[in-house]
Amino acid sequence: MQAEAALFRAGLWFAVLILAIAAAAVAKDAAYAAHAGIIAGVALLLLTMSAGRFDPLGKAQGFFRMPEEPSRYDDDPVRWGVIATMFWGMVGLLAGVFIALQLAYPALNFEPYLTFGRARPLHTSAVIFAFGGNALIATSFYVVQRTCRTQLAFPALARFVFWGYQLFIVLAASGYLLGVTQSREYAEPEWYVDIWLTIVWVAYAAVFIGTIVRRHEPHIYVANWFYLAFILTIAMLHIVNNLAVPVSFLGSRSYSAFAGVQDALTQWWYGHNAVGFFLTAGFLAMMYYFVPKQAERPVYSYRLSIIHFWSLIFLYIWAGPHHLHYTALPDWAQTLGMVFSVVLWMPSWGGMINGLMTLNGAWDKVRTDPIIRMMVVALAFYGMATFEGPMLSIKAVNSLSHYTDWTIGHVHAGALGWNGLITFAAVYYLVPRLWKRDRMYSLRMINWHFWLATIGIVFYAASMWVAGITQGLMWREYGPDGYLVNSFVDTVAALHPMYLMRAFGGILYLIGAGVMTYNVWMTLAGRLRSEAPMSDATYDPAADRPILATAIREPQA
Amino acid sequence: MSLYEQLRHFADSYALVAIFVIFLGLCAWPFRPGARTHNHNAAHSIFKDQDDGE
Amino acid sequence: MSTHSNLPGERRMVVEPTEVRVPVTGHKRLERNVSLLALGTLIAVSIGGIVEIAPLFWIDNTIEKVEGMRPYTPLEQAGRDIYVREGCYLCHSQMIRPFRDEVERYGHYSLAAESMYDHPFQWGSKRTGPDLARVGGRYSDEWHVQHLKDPQSVVPESVMPQYSFLADTDIDTDAEATLRALQRVGVPYSDRDVSLASHDLRAQASIDLDAGDLTERYPKAQVRDFDGDPERLTEMDALVAYLQMLGTLVDFDSAAPLEELAEEKGR
Repeated sequence: MQAEAALFRAGLWFAVLILAIAAAAVAKDAAYAAHAGIIAGVALLLLTMSAGRFDPLGKAQGFFRMPEEPSRYDDDPVRWGVIATMFWGMVGLLAGVFIALQLAYPALNFEPYLTFGRARPLHTSAVIFAFGGNALIATSFYVVQRTCRTQLAFPALARFVFWGYQLFIVLAASGYLLGVTQSREYAEPEWYVDIWLTIVWVAYAAVFIGTIVRRHEPHIYVANWFYLAFILTIAMLHIVNNLAVPVSFLGSRSYSAFAGVQDALTQWWYGHNAVGFFLTAGFLAMMYYFVPKQAERPVYSYRLSIIHFWSLIFLYIWAGPHHLHYTALPDWAQTLGMVFSVVLWMPSWGGMINGLMTLNGAWDKVRTDPIIRMMVVALAFYGMATFEGPMLSIKAVNSLSHYTDWTIGHVHAGALGWNGLITFAAVYYLVPRLWKRDRMYSLRMINWHFWLATIGIVFYAASMWVAGITQGLMWREYGPDGYLVNSFVDTVAALHPMYLMRAFGGILYLIGAGVMTYNVWMTLAGRLRSEAPMSDATYDPAADRPILATAIREPQA
Repeated sequence: MSLYEQLRHFADSYALVAIFVIFLGLCAWPFRPGARTHNHNAAHSIFKDQDDGE
Repeated sequence: MSTHSNLPGERRMVVEPTEVRVPVTGHKRLERNVSLLALGTLIAVSIGGIVEIAPLFWIDNTIEKVEGMRPYTPLEQAGRDIYVREGCYLCHSQMIRPFRDEVERYGHYSLAAESMYDHPFQWGSKRTGPDLARVGGRYSDEWHVQHLKDPQSVVPESVMPQYSFLADTDIDTDAEATLRALQRVGVPYSDRDVSLASHDLRAQASIDLDAGDLTERYPKAQVRDFDGDPERLTEMDALVAYLQMLGTLVDFDSAAPLEELAEEKGR
């Protein structure tokens, strides 16, 4: 029976292998052939795995020191997800530093594969979908099991979700460098990769919802609402925005089902809600579990979270048109987008307040616990970015900021500050628990990571504010003679110092992530760094007295 | 009467006030006293079981 | 993986008696029923998109045609595909906003109808380089070729990557299949356009081939060798042909489009 099953599986992978080789042979373009080759390689690997006793996964689990004993929860996919998060995080941040330096030194463009135009989608997809996506999948599998007190519903499907998602990332990333793109920002992968992601995503929804259905807890915890909204809405956005007609089923190119204005609004309806549901709702779900757990206090107001959830998901969908202010999009749509974006400020801050106030009565932990500190600063950046966003969506402000680096700065305040730091904090929370260690290898390294990242973000955001406002003002500057003062290239030259500062900030952030990778690696290896405790102020009875007004007024002796 | 005019009349009437009152009611709904224990239990549910399989 | 029964976590939690007696109503039902929660979520996230996007498919100024607009020629479309492939849209917008400085710098502000055949749109979101909506005819072919091969040789401060490989790469595209796919998404190519696509592609950039009625089927199409290498049909030919036609189709100096402009609502 088991032999038959193994034979069947091997046969299945053999069929996939043959199909992929055939597709590579008759492909209309080289990139499609390369992608078919990647799929053939994966099929070959799976074929050897099912035919022989070859078990690279088991070996790799040994390599990453994954605990083997049966656990109350199914945490293997979570562990893999944490490793993938770390790996893709480094790839994405490295790509970011690379393209930041390309803008400062154009000689770093290596045609045809490593030009800015091809590397930039690699950076955005690697950080959003590979780093962020893996963090979301891993944490959602972790949180949904704990809050529902049950194991993952479909263990095999959960593994398919993880590995299928990695294949999606590899196909998307290699495609960008080979010039396979739909040119829809944050939805660049072509039609066949989109179809694959749809399959993976449906499986993801099945595992997540299935786990909730079989829960042993009557109540569905608030974090799961946000994960659910994230999964369902991303499915809707992904399918509608990627409606396209392929030129050939053996070629990578396709043409969008929509054109011009309709296409633009569909794309930015998607684009803004990739921010709203991927980078906000999903990460708020992480916040609603890991912040209370790390602070060991329940969420500040469960009632606020109800209002905040429904208003956030209802309002976010409307905000897309603020990416198209003063374009050929009809005015009424722009105004709607602006109004809803401004209103969106409130539910966003509802989430921030709910997270920050969870620390009420435990604020001393900000000083002693670097993970809590990371969470607090993540929430502060979330609050800052969700204030800046509504401000930038006001048409008068947008007329200056649009098309400039201000937008880039805004996005990175949110992405590096909010998404990055809350993910790092969640990983620091997860790694010792998932690998059954007492604590992380080094708490002081977490502290280093925190400061490197925070200072990096400050450099990044500040330089991009200056760059954006400089460029916006230079474009519209008129001389006393009534002519435009600056040629376009003047504004490019003016930004060079800011681009260097931005790259410096990015390098700091990358080093921070490198410190984290080392820290996680050593924790996996089972090592504990012997180091001085984080707060080593000894008790001083003389200092332990109330400060009296008279004492302050006393003149210095 | 065009759709725009119909919506305009609707927005200029007391319907707007009614919608706003409904909105306030929805916002206040979770804060009604009857839900207190329920929300308290829900918020504490993540701490109920200290064994998180770790 | 381990079996799922007999694990400590699988036993049912002891339900507190108070929770059994309290009737589950209102929002609490959503908090306990994942189907209802999912349904409510889907309704909440659908409304905004339906109200904003759906009307664009029937209101006048997003679907009306402006005099002069026509689908791209096969060569221009091939150039457009390269523009998309190389990610030009990441640094160059094709959407001039109605501000004095932008109109003076780039030309008349962009109309909705000017991108009506753009699958996908290329409005862009960032100007690391200038807007290209009306770049057609502003520079010579030689300038474009030199600039694409080595931008810094023409504009020393430029941060644009070099694209010299375009001049060495022959066009590898199935023009008929391309036009047929575009026909399927609603671009009004005639069947004759589709059947002549491969010939049109080569003829537009050739000084030897007879272009036939190309310029009648595609008014204002520019027929010449674009990359300075008449022997080959390269990607440089296609990209320069595309850049040289951007913004040249609608004549803003004649009366007809101005009348349509006056009627364009919502701007």
